[in-house]
Amino acid sequence: MGAAFKETKLPANAPAGHKALAWIDDRFPLSKLWNDQWGKYYAPKNFNIWYLFGSLAMLILVLQIVTGIFLTMHYKPDAALAFNSVEMTIMRDVPWGWLVRYMHSTGASAFFIVVYLHMTRGLLYGSYRKPRELIWIFGFAIFLCLMAEAFFGYLLPWGQMSYWGAQVIVNLFGAIPVIGPDLSLWIRGDYVVSDATLNRFFAFHVIALPLVLLGLVAAHLIALHEVGSNNPDGIEVKEHLGPDGHPLDAIPSHPYYSTKDLFGVSMFLLIFSAVVFFAPEMGGYFLEYNNFIPADSMKTPPHIAPTWYFTPFYSVLRATTADFMYVVIAAVVLYVVFLWVKSRLSYKAKMAAAVIGLVLIIGMLTLEAKFWGVVLFGSSVVIIGALPWLDHSPARSIRYRPKWHMWLYVLFGLSFIALGYLGTQLPTPAYTLISQVCTLLYFSFFLLMPWWSAAGRFKPVPTRVTFHPH
Amino acid sequence: MNFTKKLFAVLALVPGLVFASEGGFPLDRAPERSDMASLQNGAKLFVNYCLNCHSASAMRYNRLRDIGLTDEQIKNNLLFSADKVGELMTTAMRPADAKAWFGAVPPDLSVIARAKSSPAGSGADYLYTYLRTFYKDDTRPTGWNNMVVPNVAMPHVMWQLQGVRAPKMVEETDPHDASKKIHTFAGWEQVAPGSMSATDFDTATADLVAYLSWMAEPAQGTRKKLGAIVLIFLSVFAFLAWRLNASYWKDLK
Repeated sequence: MGAAFKETKLPANAPAGHKALAWIDDRFPLSKLWNDQWGKYYAPKNFNIWYLFGSLAMLILVLQIVTGIFLTMHYKPDAALAFNSVEMTIMRDVPWGWLVRYMHSTGASAFFIVVYLHMTRGLLYGSYRKPRELIWIFGFAIFLCLMAEAFFGYLLPWGQMSYWGAQVIVNLFGAIPVIGPDLSLWIRGDYVVSDATLNRFFAFHVIALPLVLLGLVAAHLIALHEVGSNNPDGIEVKEHLGPDGHPLDAIPSHPYYSTKDLFGVSMFLLIFSAVVFFAPEMGGYFLEYNNFIPADSMKTPPHIAPTWYFTPFYSVLRATTADFMYVVIAAVVLYVVFLWVKSRLSYKAKMAAAVIGLVLIIGMLTLEAKFWGVVLFGSSVVIIGALPWLDHSPARSIRYRPKWHMWLYVLFGLSFIALGYLGTQLPTPAYTLISQVCTLLYFSFFLLMPWWSAAGRFKPVPTRVTFHPH
Repeated sequence: MNFTKKLFAVLALVPGLVFASEGGFPLDRAPERSDMASLQNGAKLFVNYCLNCHSASAMRYNRLRDIGLTDEQIKNNLLFSADKVGELMTTAMRPADAKAWFGAVPPDLSVIARAKSSPAGSGADYLYTYLRTFYKDDTRPTGWNNMVVPNVAMPHVMWQLQGVRAPKMVEETDPHDASKKIHTFAGWEQVAPGSMSATDFDTATADLVAYLSWMAEPAQGTRKKLGAIVLIFLSVFAFLAWRLNASYWKDLK
């Protein structure tokens, strides 16, 4: 327990507002919270455009929640009523319903664009390095929850793509040996995607995952504020403190980042509004054309594709054909050999790697490619979370790493985008080959990172940030 | 080196694969018709020709006010499947009957113009082409077939307007295999005339398709008008936010 209660006494002629704030501050740490979390939270002064996406992600989260609440007032989570509750009630009868709907659908895609850019910042400047690993892990958990939230939300309009996309993805769980079919049945609540599935996905989308997301975002920010922000030069600003106890190279978030983020928000809203008002379908990528047909369990669409933000990982799944499994087996062998020859792991760790490699190879020769496709699909997401332990570069930021590291990042980025594009297309033999190559590039980027990230001639890392006065 | 060469050869050909899509009938561009008269004509055609079998269960009759019709006009001329103008454009035909009579349930047309968009063309293009490419085919139960949807269950509802047509098919050598011959479409032959000329029918269909595009999203007019105002406001706001930010940051060294 702290000290005994001490009432703050202001002079009698103090403004009413000050007295009110003092009354609250005596009973609730409002001013302290404001100052610690934002007002007097000192952040490096050399933040660039890449540092806008965190606050934008928070804005979009609020936007999705608010528009979501209004949608929930009119939406009916019943297989017979869902489609019309959107296309009739919300889009036509409810005043401004169409605007709320478009904000929510555009917001979903905007969320992923912003989050992918936010993650790119982390990659460029080593924001996940010690002591910020936990921020990255919370962020990774947020990414997983966001993908689940989008997946559950996408079933709700009950269009053809909603229904069949959910059918395909839930069936993937059926590929898990032994427990698969029962697991799929448990998730769906039925033998096929049906009204039961719709109701539970509605519950997950509207309350379960938003609560988890809010908790994780709070944890993400608390972890950040505990160690302090990274910056584009990747140096620790807290190592050079001024006479006032604050870092020399840091500035209080208010007013500097309040105004900067406000400008960032205004630019985001411009682009966002342009889409909402002039291109809400975005060529069929934000609102799929096929989803304007009510779900029909009797009619399978000729081309089932997930929403654009899932397509890179979906490509990895589709690339894993029976033939590709031999390439994967060869890759596992090569990787274990590489670990034995090149790494500085302990003998025990190397033995463990060999055993795991052997088990994997036996598994790959016995279990069908469909299962390993699911494994690689999941791994392609999970491996992102492992970054803090894969990156061994002596310099945090890309600015002080050898030039060829940047080209590796570009190659990784292009592979990711290529996988994304290929995921929207039908899997022809040529496309499958390219996605297989890109899958190998994608995984190699991460799995070989302990070596390439420390290789090359690094530039001297400065002790103070590079800042150009505005 | 061999694998790399193969890989590059494959990569070089990849852009060409864009054209190797489902290979449907090429779609004509639906003419741009956004004036009230066209939309009202389209509404008239829709209610008279489509609403017997198809429903538009998300559309209320009184929404037609947005294309310049009064409740009286709607009630006197267009109110066929309901009693009050506030009711929905449903159809009396039961799905089970439709399936028995036609082999397929006529889809609801509320958002059909949005559903039929594809890389081959917009939903309006699809519908415009579909409605104008019916032809006589005695092998089909209805006596009609269609170029855009081969073996479609729907008859040519507007045949009295367009007349009866048959496609002219010519034999050509297969471009992929010189030893084979394929039938290609080479134009239309008017077997019996309709009450409209070909251009008049095209215009009427364009009106109907414009109406269907409007009905798929009645708020689109408001959306675009409001959008312009919002973007202007946000541009001014962004400019002010930029200068405000600059004014705070100029003192930082």
